[in-house]
Amino acid sequence: MISAGTADQIWVTLDHWLVAHTPAPLQTLVSIVISVAAIIVVFAALFALTTIFERKGLGRMQNRYGPNRVGPCGVFQPIADAVKALTKEDVVPRSADHVVHYLAPLVLVGVIFLTYAVLPVGRNMTAVNLDSGVLYFFAVSAATELAVFMAGWSSHNKYSLLGAMRAIAQMVSYEVPLLLSSIGVVMIAGTLSTVKIVEEQARTSNGLAHWYVFTPWGLAGFILFMIAATAETNRSPFDLPEGESEIIAGYFIEYSGFKFALFFLAEYIEMFAVSGLGITLFLGGWSSPVSFLGWIPSWIWFFAKLLALIFAFIWVRGTMPRLRMDQLMNFAWKFMLPMTLITMVSAGAWRFLTPAVVGPKPLGGVIRWLVCALVIFAPYITLARALERGRKIEKRVYRYAE
Amino acid sequence: MTMRRLVHCALALAVSFAGLAALYLNLGAEFAGLAQLLVYVGAIAILIVFAILLTQGGEAGPDKVFSPAGLAGAVIALAVFAVLAWAVNISSVTRQSIVAPAPPTAMRDIGFTLMQRYVLPLEVIGLMLTAALIGAVILAVRQKVSEPAAKPAAPQNTELRA
Repeated sequence: MISAGTADQIWVTLDHWLVAHTPAPLQTLVSIVISVAAIIVVFAALFALTTIFERKGLGRMQNRYGPNRVGPCGVFQPIADAVKALTKEDVVPRSADHVVHYLAPLVLVGVIFLTYAVLPVGRNMTAVNLDSGVLYFFAVSAATELAVFMAGWSSHNKYSLLGAMRAIAQMVSYEVPLLLSSIGVVMIAGTLSTVKIVEEQARTSNGLAHWYVFTPWGLAGFILFMIAATAETNRSPFDLPEGESEIIAGYFIEYSGFKFALFFLAEYIEMFAVSGLGITLFLGGWSSPVSFLGWIPSWIWFFAKLLALIFAFIWVRGTMPRLRMDQLMNFAWKFMLPMTLITMVSAGAWRFLTPAVVGPKPLGGVIRWLVCALVIFAPYITLARALERGRKIEKRVYRYAE
Repeated sequence: MTMRRLVHCALALAVSFAGLAALYLNLGAEFAGLAQLLVYVGAIAILIVFAILLTQGGEAGPDKVFSPAGLAGAVIALAVFAVLAWAVNISSVTRQSIVAPAPPTAMRDIGFTLMQRYVLPLEVIGLMLTAALIGAVILAVRQKVSEPAAKPAAPQNTELRA
């Protein structure tokens, strides 16, 4: 807040300048429109960027080229994709429920864009500074399940209904660890406001920022949060609802043309939104990790972290095989849920092991760190052993086609 | 229930839940509004939809929208509305002159109140919900496995909370 540089605040200044140059009665409206337009344009552009990034990256991981025909090295592929999606015929099955079929992609995209309202993408760059920002995020994104169901049910296709059922079962199950893993942050920060949570982490001591991922409960919480986020956004290895090889494309099998593109857009912007929340909660939002890098504008930090997380998502997609339904459910309820509860206990221990209890700063801090790490690590080993018991893991034998 | 397809009714119900949440938010009750959205739109609506699909397949019901049963339902709804309206009309709240709106409650205050003054009711509700959850799981498991090994619900709850 104190020494906010010009480059750091350039978008805020631009916004204020634009609003100041409109007639007074329109100022509120213009201010809202600017925020909404900025969010939609920036993240839709990021979506286009990510599709080419993902296709090239996955191609690289799978020893093939990826798209390389449109423009130099295929960089204009997103434009070609967009033109194709817009010019394709919009096929609606005759037995489909037309109104619901039409509304489902709109509801899905609209709801996900709503969650961006509380994400701080930079210093003073939050569309709405809600007192209950984190709660708002989860409350609004809860409606995506209903939109997915609308799409799957209205298509009147058994594959799409199967996909929708899988999607709902998965999203409801993984919403629990997603919520619980973020409670630790709320407990320590003492607020639900995303802006205040980031400000809390932007403080530095000894040149190092107070990111929650640097604490044992924060690290465990971040890993659990990202796993749950992968499941929540239906990305591989949790892509059972889409499962191209099993149920073709799941809940959006009967969509074509631009509505199909909207589902694609929804999947990606949901990934960005939930990654953005993970960055806000655990990775210090727009703050820099070390104080001597503080001159880099805050919004660059946010988007750098976002791109890093997107790359992690792509990497995981290129690495992990798809789970089975029973593995998915067992993992959610037998592993994720207990671990998130243990993370909460560890966060509580962190809250009460103040210097007054464990002693002065250098040694006391180490003791606090180790105790909280032990609170997580010991149950983790016990739980993993208990889940592995009675299961025979044989050496895998690979047979190649001849 | 004026729509023929049961799933449409469920979706309309979800919309009305969202509308109620918007009403809460408009009245400044941020927490209540968002909790309404999270619990009702996110969970209850999904539960209803699941129930519909698992019981009768969500196919179209009878062709006639207006039936004697519907008429009876309308009469009952009117009667309930009349009773409620009468109760609101004679209550003391409406007699008072309009007071100034309460200051917006911060989320912090709600948290402190829940954790300090009302911590016992909160814990009791948590215990009851856990008991219900475990009971439901045991019922579901017993049906599938059909082994006599299923334990009674009560002792497990206390273990979990202790």
